[in-house]
Amino acid sequence: MPQTHMATEASSRPILSVENLNVGFNTRKGMFDVLHGVSFELHRGKTTAIVGESGSGKSVTARAILNMVPRPGQINGGRVLFRPSKGSETDTTALDPRGKAIREIRGGKIGMIFQEPMSSLSPVHTIGNQIIEAIRLHRDCTKAEAREIARGMLAQVEIPKPEKALDQYAFEFSGGMRQRAMIAMALSCRPDVLIADEPTTALDVTTQAEILDLMRKLQVELDMAIMFITHDMGVVAEIADEVVVMEKGHVVETGETGPLFAHQQHPYTKRLLGAVKRLEEPATAKVRPAADAPEILRVEDLKLKFEKREGFLQRVTDVTRAVDGVSFSLREGEALGIVGESGSGKTTVGRCIARVYDPEGVVDYRGSDLVKAGRAEMQSYRQQIRMIFQDPFASLNPRMTVKQLIAEPLVVNGVASGQELEDRVAKLLTDVGLAPEMMERYPHAFSGGQRQRIVVARAIALEPKLVIADEPTSALDVSIRTQVLDLLLRLQAEMGLSFIFISHDMAVIRYFCDRVAVMYQGRIVEIGETEQIITDPQHPYTKALLSSVPIADPALRGTRQRHRYMGEA
Amino acid sequence: MIWRYILKRILWMVPFLFGVSIVAFLLIQAPPGDYLTTYIAKLGESNEVLDQASIENLRARFGLDQPLYVQYFKWVSRLLVGDFGMSFEWRQPVSDLVWGRMGLTLCLSMATLLFTWAVAFPIGVYSAVRKYSFGDYLATTLGFIGLATPNFLLALILMYIGVVHFGADVGGLFSNEYKNAPWSMAKVWDLAKHLWLPVVVLGTSATASLIRIMRANLLDELNKPYVDTARAKGLSEFWLIMKYPVRVALNPFVSTIGWVLPNLVSGAVVTAIVLSLPTAGPLMLQALLAQDMYLAGAFVLMLSSLTVIGMLLSDILLVLLDPRVKYD
Repeated sequence: MPQTHMATEASSRPILSVENLNVGFNTRKGMFDVLHGVSFELHRGKTTAIVGESGSGKSVTARAILNMVPRPGQINGGRVLFRPSKGSETDTTALDPRGKAIREIRGGKIGMIFQEPMSSLSPVHTIGNQIIEAIRLHRDCTKAEAREIARGMLAQVEIPKPEKALDQYAFEFSGGMRQRAMIAMALSCRPDVLIADEPTTALDVTTQAEILDLMRKLQVELDMAIMFITHDMGVVAEIADEVVVMEKGHVVETGETGPLFAHQQHPYTKRLLGAVKRLEEPATAKVRPAADAPEILRVEDLKLKFEKREGFLQRVTDVTRAVDGVSFSLREGEALGIVGESGSGKTTVGRCIARVYDPEGVVDYRGSDLVKAGRAEMQSYRQQIRMIFQDPFASLNPRMTVKQLIAEPLVVNGVASGQELEDRVAKLLTDVGLAPEMMERYPHAFSGGQRQRIVVARAIALEPKLVIADEPTSALDVSIRTQVLDLLLRLQAEMGLSFIFISHDMAVIRYFCDRVAVMYQGRIVEIGETEQIITDPQHPYTKALLSSVPIADPALRGTRQRHRYMGEA
Repeated sequence: MIWRYILKRILWMVPFLFGVSIVAFLLIQAPPGDYLTTYIAKLGESNEVLDQASIENLRARFGLDQPLYVQYFKWVSRLLVGDFGMSFEWRQPVSDLVWGRMGLTLCLSMATLLFTWAVAFPIGVYSAVRKYSFGDYLATTLGFIGLATPNFLLALILMYIGVVHFGADVGGLFSNEYKNAPWSMAKVWDLAKHLWLPVVVLGTSATASLIRIMRANLLDELNKPYVDTARAKGLSEFWLIMKYPVRVALNPFVSTIGWVLPNLVSGAVVTAIVLSLPTAGPLMLQALLAQDMYLAGAFVLMLSSLTVIGMLLSDILLVLLDPRVKYD
């Protein structure tokens, strides 16, 4: 029958093909290209993952498809052929970027969701207002009908009490709920294609698992093509049918997920996957602490509560127990990981130990209680206990040179000056794998990984005994992540450092830590040897957490039962 | 919720205004001497000399011989029933003097505010959206000139141009024939004809600074992800900018209401004198110079109350405009 024949032909053709797409940025020094002839295809009902590290051009590609490359960027070659289910084939790059034709495609036929659920929704409009607007832009219906559709969409993305949610604002939602609302908005007009730009990167693993499940379910229901941009190979293995690997604006490898994970062709893909694989086991270079190593830190019944005060008399109306009775000990040369979701109190524990906050309980550092230490006493301990923070872009003052940044703790504590200071900085830079000649440069001249090395150099400048590292690798690409971890391992071995390593990433903890403490709602629910906890978790929360971690092996997809820990009632 | 907030804010105003009244009273008393000293000095200029007895007599009549706190409580207790006292200099009830001027001042200030908004809003938005375009540079240049030019100088220049080139009747808010005439359509029209000059003069620097504020705020918002979201929805460029980033950047506009109200009284005294506007500013200056206690006190008190009320109004508007602002 001719009709069936046509249908199969239509479904076998890609719904969207990107052909030799070139995007350049017009700068004062002339045009420089960020995309060099990118080509790939999206198919109905399939998920195509676009993988690459920061700066590979993934997000620009996504925006170029909708012809909304931000200025000063411009599309200067190639085309994007879109074949919607209704209507004729269009080259979206040929349309006027402000014209009616492209606006009908945006949101109507190609939906898009973004990375930051915190800032991708307007802070001053209700969720309902924004979804209804999207619906009424593309569908001919009344406000009441649109509201009904919006309510249905919110129910479909499993937001509880959708009727109420319509009148709420984005800031009243958690990150996961916001991302659900974003998905509801992007899908409200039943698009043929959904472009998801790192939709789960900013979310906790458990929430990420739920969002991935949701997207998969909706894809089947709506039979749409998904273009899933991510840097996380684990997520790719979970969700993608096809993979497009991008590096520096080039597509270096394309293929189906299974075969590509089994046999990568391009060295970049190999490196990317290798970095992930390495993180699936403990580091080989790790030096375990001696069995009889003395205790350096003992935390007993650490408590910290934040009080919300209200009214004329400033009465306490609400108490958040951020840390609620945490106890553990740390030996010299040992690395203890603290893992948990956002809001579990893991960061607060680190800050309590460094006395950024004033907690209750005992923090016994080599026989003296830090909780009771006065200002002057704390000063000397702060030379021995240093912190490393998550964001290497925000934790370096952009107006100071690298030399000033690293020298600062040395100068403040009067350790060195003049030529000696310069020599120390040079040595520190060499220690962290940077060239001493770089010391006159400013932080903006360095990449994320290099900046984190500078942060590490600053942290070890005073030759501390204990380093509290708060998500030190979360803002970095995977390949750089292992480099920074290896650096920390080497320094640990050389200097006999002890680490408290705070992270939400189980893989990083496994690579780096001897022992791990799992935190949930301000308490440690489980603590023990890292390998033992990962292979044989006892507490239901740890099990739930581990079940949510995506594994970079497409063969294991669907073999695990995911569940969410609901906590004690 | 919002009503409770407003009520609470109003209740808070009571102790605050009480404190302000004390400070105001003390400030007025702070310069050495009192109204009588000034009065005697003035008489001395025309070679009239008052003998000690009549000075004491006058002092007792005005109540100036009593201790400070008695004077203060007398003043405050009368204030509570709406009696601002008598002006020594004008020999008229203070309220008559003040309210007569306040109406016109209010009219002028509102007109200035509307002018400021009407000009600053579109230019500010344009400047941000078309950053570094010719129009943006033009607006920036004019804006800085507007900021840098003293109001009274601008007033003099505009008056000169008005008189010499257009033969317009500048200065004051009314032509001579309407000055003391009862209100009529013709008088309103006359007012409108005179209003533009002081509005432009008084509004220029505020407009210029508001353009800069709007531009800077909008520039911050234009690159936020939610703008991209709106664009990816298929919204037209004009509407998406108006609905999202402009809406968020609007807060400083609302905040301007807070400082417009106190400007009613104290703002642009020099300009008002140059343009001989019958507004509150010059009268207040005169009252302060003459140590006309009750009149000056009324002005200072009104100034503070208007500041508080202005802030309350802008806070309420801010709460209504931005759901993130908490009000409990």
